[in-house]
Amino acid sequence: MPEVTEHEVSRLLEPYLGRPTELIQALHRVQEALGHVPPLAQRVVAARLGVPLSQVRGVVTFYHFFRTQPVGKHIVRLCLGTACYVRGADRVLQALQEELGVELGGTSPDGLFTLEGVRCLGACGLAPVRTVDDAVYGRLTPGRVREIVAGFRRG
Amino acid sequence: MIHLEIDGRAITARPGQTILEAAEGAGIRIPTLCHLKGLSPWGSCRICLVEIANWNGRLVPACATQVQEGMRVVATSPRLTELRRRVLELLFAERNHICAICVSSGHCELQDLACELGMEVVRVPYRFPGLALDASHGKFVYDPNRCVLCGRCVRACSEVEGAMTWGFSGRGIHTTVEPDLGGPWGSAETCTECGKCLEACPVGALVERGKATAEQEKEPQLLAQLTERRPRA
Repeated sequence: MPEVTEHEVSRLLEPYLGRPTELIQALHRVQEALGHVPPLAQRVVAARLGVPLSQVRGVVTFYHFFRTQPVGKHIVRLCLGTACYVRGADRVLQALQEELGVELGGTSPDGLFTLEGVRCLGACGLAPVRTVDDAVYGRLTPGRVREIVAGFRRG
Repeated sequence: MIHLEIDGRAITARPGQTILEAAEGAGIRIPTLCHLKGLSPWGSCRICLVEIANWNGRLVPACATQVQEGMRVVATSPRLTELRRRVLELLFAERNHICAICVSSGHCELQDLACELGMEVVRVPYRFPGLALDASHGKFVYDPNRCVLCGRCVRACSEVEGAMTWGFSGRGIHTTVEPDLGGPWGSAETCTECGKCLEACPVGALVERGKATAEQEKEPQLLAQLTERRPRA
């Protein structure tokens, strides 16, 4: 992954210049563009918005959503909440980990997938459920999970 | 003026005063930890919990609750002592608080509270988190293993010094106090080396480098002395 420059991050932050109350929106935008919020970007956000470094750090580490490490091309979020668990999310997780070759929170060696566990996606009717980037996949089985992953691998 | 009752005594207080201020004015002792005169009210440590008898015995932090007309406050009772002691035990167990090997022993508010509240043992297992000591600063040392997360350093740094070097990082049980973007304190570019965080720190988390245990006396009243001289907003 190419190193991001201060200039690139600054361009992303144009709508939020000098607006400290837009901190979360600004961080969202940076993460959407870069996939994560590296320390350099945190520094630029602090300077452009007029927010203390410690506060940027506080927000980035408080919300699980924000990442400081690079992620894979696709982000797989598997629900590990109660309803999904009852419907077999543990077996789906097992299959996903084997298929992708990563643990929860890890990124696959080919850099294609990052696997995350979440508490609830708000779609318990589809349990067990996961998302790949913005697409939702429900009523998963270990078999279907493998098919979907294979589909993404083919592109 | 507002009329209220604390431990059965009729007390008058100014509107906007906290229960703690009213109690102090009447000479009634309420133990505190995260509260520090000169800094904004915080209410996070729960040591100053008091009971409001006519609010169904509701527990509120005295440092962050304003007085109200007709309030009947219980500030001293066996139940409150037990509650405060339990809160204190949890604070001890959360990090590596062992007075015998602490540089602040003898000048520590946590230790003083344990004595005052008669805490003889900690009934929950210690977590011993094993956090990294930060001795990168030329003048000060930060040991997060002795931090109680009272936020006094964070408030002193932002409200009095205006440097905003210290901040909270992470959340829940993983919360720590960190400088700037979390790097070593010694390379924190916003730190002015003023030392106010040290004076505010009630425990041995922030201490002066190269000072022996007997010399680690702090001056938390400094923060109030500084802010009292400032013009009011």
